Amino acid sequence: MNKNLKIIIWFAIALLGAFALSAIALNRGESINALWLITAAICIYAIAYRFYAAWIATKVLVIDETRATPAERLNNGRDYMPTNRWIVFGHHFAAIAGPGPLVGPTLAAQFGYLPGTLWILIGAVLGGAVQDMVTLFFSTRRNGRSLGQMARDEIGVIGGTAALIGTFMIMIILIAVLGLVVVNAMKHSPWATSTVAATIPIAMIVGIYMRNIRPGRVLEASAIGVVLLLFSVLAGGWIDHSETLRTLFDHEGLPLAYAIIVYGFAAAVLPVWLLLAPRDYLSTFMKLGTVLLLAIAIVILRPDIHMPALTQFTDGTGPIFGGKLFPFVFITIACGAISGFHALIASGTTPKLLANERDIRMIGYGAMLLESFVAIMAMIAATVLEPGIFFAINSPAGVVGKEAADAVAKISSWGYSVTVEQMNQLASDMGESSLFARTGGAPSLAVGMASIFGSAFGKHLLALWYHFAIMFEAIFILTTLDAGTRVGRFMLQDMLGNFNKKLGETSYMPSVIFTSALVVAGWGYFLYIGVIDPNGGVNILWPLFGIANQMLAAIALCVATGILVKSGKFKYAWVTGLPLAWLVTITTTAAYQKIFSDDIRVGFFAAANDLSNKLASGVLPADKAAVAPQLIFNQHLDAYLTMFFVAVLWVVLVDMMLICGRYLKGKSVLPLSEVPHIETQLEAAWVRD
Amino acid sequence: MFKKMKKLWQAIRQLSGDDAYERYLKHYAAYHAERGDAVNATPFLSREEFFKQWQDGKWKGIKRCC
Repeated sequence: MNKNLKIIIWFAIALLGAFALSAIALNRGESINALWLITAAICIYAIAYRFYAAWIATKVLVIDETRATPAERLNNGRDYMPTNRWIVFGHHFAAIAGPGPLVGPTLAAQFGYLPGTLWILIGAVLGGAVQDMVTLFFSTRRNGRSLGQMARDEIGVIGGTAALIGTFMIMIILIAVLGLVVVNAMKHSPWATSTVAATIPIAMIVGIYMRNIRPGRVLEASAIGVVLLLFSVLAGGWIDHSETLRTLFDHEGLPLAYAIIVYGFAAAVLPVWLLLAPRDYLSTFMKLGTVLLLAIAIVILRPDIHMPALTQFTDGTGPIFGGKLFPFVFITIACGAISGFHALIASGTTPKLLANERDIRMIGYGAMLLESFVAIMAMIAATVLEPGIFFAINSPAGVVGKEAADAVAKISSWGYSVTVEQMNQLASDMGESSLFARTGGAPSLAVGMASIFGSAFGKHLLALWYHFAIMFEAIFILTTLDAGTRVGRFMLQDMLGNFNKKLGETSYMPSVIFTSALVVAGWGYFLYIGVIDPNGGVNILWPLFGIANQMLAAIALCVATGILVKSGKFKYAWVTGLPLAWLVTITTTAAYQKIFSDDIRVGFFAAANDLSNKLASGVLPADKAAVAPQLIFNQHLDAYLTMFFVAVLWVVLVDMMLICGRYLKGKSVLPLSEVPHIETQLEAAWVRD
Repeated sequence: MFKKMKKLWQAIRQLSGDDAYERYLKHYAAYHAERGDAVNATPFLSREEFFKQWQDGKWKGIKRCC
C-alpha cells in the first residue's frame, strides 16, 4: 500500500479514537451510546498494537526471526511443537480468558462507567498486554520455563519462592470467590441450580464418549455436549414450573456452598478425562460463542448506557464494595486490564508452541487486547441496566436492608430510582423469584446480557436468555474451580515432595486425597465465610483476590524489568518499570487501607473491632451474633493475608532492585539464562500461515 | 470460498485437538524417516492409547486462568 495512504489511515484511526474517547469522557448528563465505548476501544487497541507493541518487539525485545524457537529445537510432537500462529492465539486466548474480566467490571461499575472503562483500556495497552508479551518473549528465550523458574534463575531463590507461594495463595482466594459468585447465582433459583447441576453429568457423558465410545473424536463429543447444555437450560425452565421438582433444587446459600465444596473435591480426585477435560471443551466453546454473540448483539442493538459517567460512590461509600475510586477501581478490575495470572500461561504452555518469535506480538499482546475487549463488553452489559436496578441486584442485604421496600427506598435515596414493582416485574421476566441482593456480579451481568440478547434476538425469550447467561458463566467458573483445585494439588504435592517422597507422587492415591482435601479445605473455608457474611462476602473476597492478582503481576514485571536491565537495556526498562511502579503503588495503597482504615467497610481490623464491640454490648440480633465470632476471626485472617501479600511483593521488588543496582555498578550478578542462538531451519511459512 | 471453509474447519479441528492423532502419526512418520528407521521399527500408539496420553499430558500444569 502507498505509504502516504497508510499514514492517512492511521491518522484517521487516531483521530476517531480520540474523538470517541473524549465523547465518553466528557459526556455529562445525557445517556451515551455503547457504540462509543466499542469505537474508542478498537481504535486504542489498533494504535497500541500497530505502534507501541511493534516498537517493543523491534527495539526493546529485539525479536529475532532467524532464531529457532523451543518448539522447533525441542519438537516432540506433543507439548513442544511449532504451531500455526492462529492456533496458538486460540489456545492462548482460551487459556487466559476466564470469568475474571466479566465479574470485575460489573462490580467496578458502581463508580460509574468511566473509571473502569479508562482503566481497562489504558491498563491493558500499557500494562497487561506488555506483561503478557514480555513474559512470553523471555520464556520463549528460556525453553518455555515457568515464571517461578525464571524468577529463581534471574533474581534468586527468594523471588522464585515468592512467585510460587503467591501463585498458590491466589489460587485459593480465586476459587473461593468464584465459588461464591456461582452460589449467589444459584441461591433460591431452581432453574439456575438444576441447569448448573446438569452440566456435571453432561460433561461426564462427553468425557466417556471421547475416551471410550469414539476415542479422540473431540468435536463430535463437544457438539453433543453443547446440544445437551442448551437442552438443560430449557429443561431447567420445566423443572422451575413443576411444583414438586422445583423444591428439589430450591436451596439456601450454605447447602449450595457445601455442594460446591464436595464437587470440587470430587473433581480434583477423579481422573481428568471424566470431568475436567470434557467440561473444559464445553466451557471453551460456550465462552467463545457467547462472547461473539454478545459483540454482535451490541453492534446490532447499539444500546444506550444508563449509568452516569461517575457516581457519588467514588468517595468510598459504594454499596457493592467499600473504598475510594483510588485505588479500588484498579484492584477490582484486575483481569481485563492487567492480570498476573496470565504470566503463568505466557510462561508455560504457549512458548512451547511458537513457530517463530515474530508471532510473539500477536499472541502475547494481541490476545490480551481481546480479553480487554471482553471486559469492555461486560462493562457495557452492566451499565446498560438502569442504575437503580443495577444497585438493587448488586447491593448486599447487609447494606440496603433485607426487605424489598427498605432496599428500594435506600437505593432511590441515592438518586437512582427503582420500585418494588419494577424489580418484581424484572424477576418474573427473568424467571426468578427475586433479584434483590444477588451479589457477585453474575446475576446482574446475566440480566444485562439477557436484555441485550432479548432486544436483539427476541424479547419473549428473556427468561431463557437469563438462564443461558447464568449457565454460561457457571460452566467456566466451575472449570476454573476444577482446574485450579487440581493445579493447587500439584503444587502442594510438589512442595510436600521435598519432605516426603511418597507425598510428591502425583499418582499415589493417599497423597492425592490428602493434598486435594487440603486445597479444598483452604478455599472451602473462605467460601463458607463468604456465604455466612451478611454483607455478601464478595466485598471482602474480591479485593483480596485483586490484591493477590496484582501482586503476581508485579512479580512478573519485576522479573521482566530485572532481565531487561541485566541485558544492558536499562534505557528501555521503563516499559515494564512504569506499569510495575503503578502496580506497587495501587497494591500497597489498597493493602494499607484494607489493614489500617478506620472505615468499617474498608479496614479489616476496623470491621473486626466494630463487630466485637457490638457483640460485647449485645446489640446484635441472635442470628448475627451466632456467626459474629467467625466473621471477626476471618477479618483478622484477611488482614494478615493482605500483609503477607504486600510483604512478598516488596521482598521481590527490593531483591530485583538490588540485583539491578549491582549490575549497573558492574558487580557480578546471576548470569542471564537465555539459551544460545540457533538458526531456524523451519521454512516457517507453512506452519505460520 | 470452499477452500476458506476447509481451512477454517482444519483450524477448528487443530484448536480442539480433534486431529491430534493424525498429527501424531505424521510427526511419527517424519521423525522415523529422518532417522532412517525401518518402518514400524518402534510401534506407534493406537488412537485410544494416544488419546489417553495426550489428554493426561494436557492437564499437567496451569492451563486455565481467571
